[in-house]
Amino acid sequence: MSQPKLTIEDLQVSVEGKKILKGLSLEIKGGEVHAIMGPNGTGKSTLASTLMGHPKYKVESGSVTLNGENVLEMATDERARKGIFLAMQYPSEISGVTNADFLRSAINARRGEGNEISLIKFVREMEKKMSFLEMKESFAQRYVNEGFSGGEKKRNEILQMMMLKPQIAILDEIDSGLDIDALKVVAKGVNEMKGPEMGVLVITHYQRLLNYIKPDYVHIMMQGRIVRSGGPELAEKLEAEGYDWIKEELGIEDETVSQRS
Amino acid sequence: MTKKAPDIQDEYKYGFKDEDVSIFRSEKGLTREVVEEISKMKGEPEWMLEFRLKALENFEQFPMPEWGGDLSELNFDDITYYIKPSEKAEKSWEEVPDQIKDTFDKLGIPEAEQKWLAGVSAQYESEVVYHNMQKELEELGVIFMDTDSALKEYPEIFKEHFGTVVPPSDNKFAALNSAVWSGGSFIYVPKGVKVDIPLQAYFRINSENMGQFERTLIIVDEGASVHYVEGCTAPIYSTNSLHSAVVEIIAKKGATIRYTTIQNWAPNIYNLVTKRAVAEEDATVEWVDGNIGSKLTMKYPAVIMKGPRAKANVLSIAMAGKGQHQDAGAKVIHLAPDCTSTIISKSISKHGGKANYRGLALFGRNSQGSKSNIKCDTLILDEISTSDTIPHNEVQNNDITLEHEATVSKVSEEQLFYLMSRGISEQDAIQMIIMGFIEPFTKELPMEYAVEMNRLIKFEMEGSIG
Repeated sequence: MSQPKLTIEDLQVSVEGKKILKGLSLEIKGGEVHAIMGPNGTGKSTLASTLMGHPKYKVESGSVTLNGENVLEMATDERARKGIFLAMQYPSEISGVTNADFLRSAINARRGEGNEISLIKFVREMEKKMSFLEMKESFAQRYVNEGFSGGEKKRNEILQMMMLKPQIAILDEIDSGLDIDALKVVAKGVNEMKGPEMGVLVITHYQRLLNYIKPDYVHIMMQGRIVRSGGPELAEKLEAEGYDWIKEELGIEDETVSQRS
Repeated sequence: MTKKAPDIQDEYKYGFKDEDVSIFRSEKGLTREVVEEISKMKGEPEWMLEFRLKALENFEQFPMPEWGGDLSELNFDDITYYIKPSEKAEKSWEEVPDQIKDTFDKLGIPEAEQKWLAGVSAQYESEVVYHNMQKELEELGVIFMDTDSALKEYPEIFKEHFGTVVPPSDNKFAALNSAVWSGGSFIYVPKGVKVDIPLQAYFRINSENMGQFERTLIIVDEGASVHYVEGCTAPIYSTNSLHSAVVEIIAKKGATIRYTTIQNWAPNIYNLVTKRAVAEEDATVEWVDGNIGSKLTMKYPAVIMKGPRAKANVLSIAMAGKGQHQDAGAKVIHLAPDCTSTIISKSISKHGGKANYRGLALFGRNSQGSKSNIKCDTLILDEISTSDTIPHNEVQNNDITLEHEATVSKVSEEQLFYLMSRGISEQDAIQMIIMGFIEPFTKELPMEYAVEMNRLIKFEMEGSIG
């Protein structure tokens, strides 16, 4: 597999008629870890959901390509099969469907008919990944996310990522609601996967996660666009000083997207 | 991802029809002469003829029910009440006519299956043509045969129990069945005998405008246990067809019976069935009941808990598509102390279908300490489909516990997005959510029925996305 590349150019997105993303550009290549940081309400999760094709988000203009292919023309499932993965902030519960059945269906959807993974191979791989993520074996047979704690849901997202081996993994607030041990496990999963075949976009508003998943690039988002980009030192500065200095530098009073600019 | 109301496929997967192999069929319409002819053809004893004629009177006297579903298009004069497909019930698979075997093949009952099935008694049209019982069951004293044969071979035990749980005077359709019944299964399990393997029958209607009125009677003696399974897959018809069965179960002291049905009727069939069980002291009765298809189903499996500590479990699913109305539910009647009952009802409506739960929980004067837990879950797949929960409770004792929980859900945009974000197509995602919804039901089915059930649901869901 060649090195993947996700290119976002001047992306403008609205939700229910309200503009949220106001011209966002970003390029993520395999092997890179990008972190998008920013206070609440600046459009971070909108970016994640838009890239995955959530029907609520309407792309007004701009482009998104994966290895040169137009992502915006693809339905959500097609994007996933092409290699985009979104670890969700609030994963859905699917009653009556076991985690194992769900994952196997997902893997087979990607592999295509006639090329399904063998049951034994699947089970072995799932067991291996679950043990790596310190998940109890029983999780394979539990219904998808039903009755899972916050931390268990997030581990389950990472398990899916590890099984599906995406080209571009987007982690939307994967750290929210996690204690430090769960956070370490989640980070361990992401780090295990790091390599030229996968690019990572980490969305968070705490620097804490970035102690465990080291970003190559840090972007700060305000008012629906990236207002500053830099290296890991930018995240450290935010941790120490907060967002106010940036707002001051840029002359921003209200950093949320509701601000008309 | 908002789903527009899709066009339903009008073809019906099991809508193949074989040539009619019947050797006798009665005239259309129901008269005293038709009933007498049926009884005579069968060579029945006098008491059965009288029973039938009395039932016919009841049928004629009772008004058409005005609750439940729309029966206005049901024309009793346009139905054939008796068809006899072949000379006698077949004893072995080899004797079953090839054409009938073909039909079973199309239904996906491989011949090999009989090797591990305990006994297969398959109803083809009105008469049981294939009947196979494992030798060891016979040695245990278990009787498993078609109901007509049981009347001849075991007249005493038959007469003692027949019509005692569902008398002809019970309702119009029970009366109709009592007047013209034909076929069905008869099971007797002697004291203390535990039958490990499910006893199975396969039902199928195969003649246009033909009513099927099978009659099943199951007696499980003290401390005995049995699991009876039947499935139905009917072919498509151009005009309305009526299926009106009666099932009677007697579970004696400490007995256990589970009765599993999956019915998949063609979309023009009226399926009006009376199923009822009596559970004596410490007996357990379980109805596992799946209803797919039909034009209208009205079916409320009932358990009358007559003895202390009797138990009832009713687990049902109903799926209603375009032009279909499932009016299904359960009745649990607690008449003795410390009885317990559980009802889990799952319904799915789509393409304008209507799936209602209608239930009765009755606690009699002596039902102190009894408990009932009722859970109704509904999944509505589009904006034009509907579902209602119509529970009816009658409580004559203060010392009881009754819990009722009802949920209505839709396949949510978030769930779909979640599954699709893992590469699963929209259609597969919806299927997966539905399979998950009915999983509490399918996990209770014997393996091959679970497989068939999943196949049917998948088929029902095909092309259901706009």
